[in-house]
Amino acid sequence: MGSKMSFDKPDPDNAFITLCREIDYQEGPLSGIPIAIKDNISTAGIQTTCGSKILKGYIPPYDAHVITLIRSAGGAIVGKTNMDEFGMGTTTESSAFGPTTNPVDPTRVPGGSSGGSAAAVASGLVRMALGTDTGGSIRCPASFCGIVGLKPTYGRVSRYGLIAYANSLEQIGPLARNVRDCALLYSCIAGYDPRDGTSLDLPAPTPLRSEIQGKRIGVPAEFFGEGVDPAVASVVQSGIQRLEELGAVIVPCSMPSMRYALAAYYVTSMSEASSNLGRYDGVRYGQAPDTVRSWHDAYSEIRRAGFGEEVRRRILLGSFALSAGYQGKYYAKAQAARQMVRDDFERLFESVDIIAGPTMPTVAFRLGETSDPLSMYLADILTVPANLAGVPALSVPCGTAHGMPVGLQLIGRHFAEDEILAAALAFEEGSA
Amino acid sequence: MVSKEDVAHIATIADIGVDESELELFTGQFNAILEYFGILDSVEGMGGATRSRSNVFRDDVVVPSLPHEEILKNSTDPEDGFIRAPRVI
Amino acid sequence: MTVIIGLEIHCQLNTNTKLFCGCSTDYRDDGPNTHVCPVCLGLPGSLPVLNRQAVVYALRVAKALHCEVPEFSEFARKNYFYPDLPKAFQITQYDKPLALGGYIEIEAEAGGEKRINLTRIHMEEDPGRLVHKGSGDRGRYTLVDYNRSGVPLIEIVTEPELSSPKEARRFLNKLRATLEYLGIYDSEREGSLRVDANISIKGYERVEVKNITSYKGVEKALTFEITRQKGMIRRNAQIVRETRHYQEARGVTTSARSKEMEHDYRYFPEPDLAPLQVSSWVEEIELPELPDTRRDRFMQQYGISLNHARTLTGDLRLAEFFEEVASGIPEVAAPWTADILLGELNYRDMPISKVPVPHFNALLEEVKKGTITDTSAVEILRLLLNQVMEGSTPEMPGAVIARLGLSKEEGGAFREIVASVLAENGPAVADQRAGKAGAINFLVGQVMKATRGRADPKEIARIIEDLLKE
Ligand SMILES: [Zn+2]
Repeated sequence: MGSKMSFDKPDPDNAFITLCREIDYQEGPLSGIPIAIKDNISTAGIQTTCGSKILKGYIPPYDAHVITLIRSAGGAIVGKTNMDEFGMGTTTESSAFGPTTNPVDPTRVPGGSSGGSAAAVASGLVRMALGTDTGGSIRCPASFCGIVGLKPTYGRVSRYGLIAYANSLEQIGPLARNVRDCALLYSCIAGYDPRDGTSLDLPAPTPLRSEIQGKRIGVPAEFFGEGVDPAVASVVQSGIQRLEELGAVIVPCSMPSMRYALAAYYVTSMSEASSNLGRYDGVRYGQAPDTVRSWHDAYSEIRRAGFGEEVRRRILLGSFALSAGYQGKYYAKAQAARQMVRDDFERLFESVDIIAGPTMPTVAFRLGETSDPLSMYLADILTVPANLAGVPALSVPCGTAHGMPVGLQLIGRHFAEDEILAAALAFEEGSA
Repeated sequence: MVSKEDVAHIATIADIGVDESELELFTGQFNAILEYFGILDSVEGMGGATRSRSNVFRDDVVVPSLPHEEILKNSTDPEDGFIRAPRVI
Repeated sequence: MTVIIGLEIHCQLNTNTKLFCGCSTDYRDDGPNTHVCPVCLGLPGSLPVLNRQAVVYALRVAKALHCEVPEFSEFARKNYFYPDLPKAFQITQYDKPLALGGYIEIEAEAGGEKRINLTRIHMEEDPGRLVHKGSGDRGRYTLVDYNRSGVPLIEIVTEPELSSPKEARRFLNKLRATLEYLGIYDSEREGSLRVDANISIKGYERVEVKNITSYKGVEKALTFEITRQKGMIRRNAQIVRETRHYQEARGVTTSARSKEMEHDYRYFPEPDLAPLQVSSWVEEIELPELPDTRRDRFMQQYGISLNHARTLTGDLRLAEFFEEVASGIPEVAAPWTADILLGELNYRDMPISKVPVPHFNALLEEVKKGTITDTSAVEILRLLLNQVMEGSTPEMPGAVIARLGLSKEEGGAFREIVASVLAENGPAVADQRAGKAGAINFLVGQVMKATRGRADPKEIARIIEDLLKE
């Protein structure tokens, strides 16, 4: 029945926070495939840190739903991967366990926040990995590392056991070197879970096929707007041209709500994060607080020392956006803007099947290149709309610019993962 | 514009310690970021992103709780089955 | 000085499981942190899923209290830090509560009924329980038990329409009875009803008194606070708008330090829970007979007084007890249950559920047949209750009567005792012969004492007069 595997490989990119050297696995569709898990997904008996000092040593007493599914599908969980602390970043540099480097060019970041998972896959340490995507955290590192990453529809994959950064936006999804592996892992984790009240009871994914003929592909002008590196834009434009050559119909279109998307995303995610991260006070788990001090003092101190700068910045901004007197200006307006983004997608999907554009406006940054938070946030502009609307989106490699990988982003209708995977497979096969 | 005092006040509410030097840094960054968020001022209406579902329930059936040792395992220095916390009085 | 009181009542719903997880709510006999899971311990990655039964129970209350149930309601997070709150937010309802409006009718001071309007009813989760340990400035620390964390609560908020502690007590009595009749609340679970009160003297600032953990403490807490506020007004001191804590042990309210109360709860909709659309369920809810209806039925069916009917229906178990013992002899059962038994129970702080029905029934039969005097019946009842309290097997009244010889005997049996009492009390006999008022009562009393209450006082008086005539 059960088999054993040992996994003892060097990790030059610092892709892992925790490595499991001896792994038991069962028979199943993933039998014996080494799989890396982002360190914000709870694994019973294996340290789960979210890349944060505050959770160092925390050993969950339960498995996330996706972990139960992977174990029963035979996947061999070989370790927990590095990430931006609590998923808050685009580079994996904000981890308390040091940055991960990009296997394509170790002087560059792998993207984030699922940078460890992407690097583990891109370097060949594992065949596939799980990441999480709140505002692009699967697609960004997939794009930067030259691999495939899928953010499923909100509600398609159970979040039970995913340590929340921004509940209303995030999903767990697969990263792999090709579309087939990405679809295989996706098919093993998609499905209903009664322990997640936002999970949806839908039919299982259909077997992967290659299909692009006759598909109408919308290309919003805003995806090639200000801030998009012209070299990246041109690689993606030629990728879209290739889709046309493969039989797709290209439809130029517009998404006016893009103007508000980034602000709506950051206000929402920071607000939710400020609440989600309140529980890290050291009492029930994590680093112990000084119980002799009064609780506000003890909590303030442990949260000062345990959270990194970016996490604290977002908790403070989120608290501000929800606070008395400012909620109407920030949180409430962000929800209205979010609705505009949803409406835009709904309108566009009446006339197109898939929306395409670059995944990221640039190629991977150099390590330490950007220290100004706002300019870092701006890099998420092309990935956040899918999270705001809850629609599925993937990144598939489509060439290089400045010698670094560039990702093509394909966004589908709600629950149309099969359709964007089919298009991505056709694109991948057509490019080969 | 937010002031250093505003940031310090939010830090109190959020139970996040902030050093004096950081206060300066955060205040500057917050003003830049909040200025960017100001784009939302031109959005019409308030709140109410539609939530696609309603009425999600579970049945009132008891499921075994975690074993007591698992509950205490990640806490520091429990006492008589209780979890230790900072003082409140 | 007009007193204005509004109440916020937190009531634990009597579901099998907690509001958002499958942990059992039956934790009171178990050790700390034994009914806890990732959800109610707030472990990273856990998610809440709403207990349907809790919603059904809350709607039952809403319907019984004549509330309006809006089409949409939703849960929100109330963010604050306290060690009993494992997620650093409480899942509650904010601007879209489950129910709005409604009212409860109580007995007015001047007789008749007074309607107390409600503001709203919402659902929320209970925090854990703190135990304070150690002493001295550096020695104090806190221990937490999360068994209570996540137990479903409803919060019922009244308009500021109560005008005295007595009215507040009547309101709570009525509310508690209604909640029990609805089968959604268990008054015998410790801490299952908790009250916060807003109190002001008309024209002055309002003070919130929190932490009234026993429902019996409410009248005391309110009385203390009103006296305090009136005293301040008389001394021309300023009443500040503040939150005060009720100190149950000392019966006083003390000011909460202002820094502790500096809250900005940053409410926002709970993203992990779908909104509720349950207004259509209300129609299908069938309410049981409620206290007022039962009170009216008792008066009609058993022919008992309004006061007795009100008392007997004011507590579900008492009403059910009464119906069990009332059948053949309501005219005896009503005063013996409402006046005598209830008094004895209160004195012992003993719940009605402990009183053995067959024993009490047999006692009423004896009273009805006239085999024992009222004094003996009370003596037997006390003995019965004491036996229950001690945990020994209670004796049937018939056995007690035989053992103690309490049977009310025919007058003849007492003639000898009366004769000896008369012989021993020459002066009183002389007074009686002289027609002095009160002498007969004294003599009857002496005989009663000598017969340990078995005699019927009227019968004795007749015998005394007989003997003196001889
Ligand atoms: Zn639980």
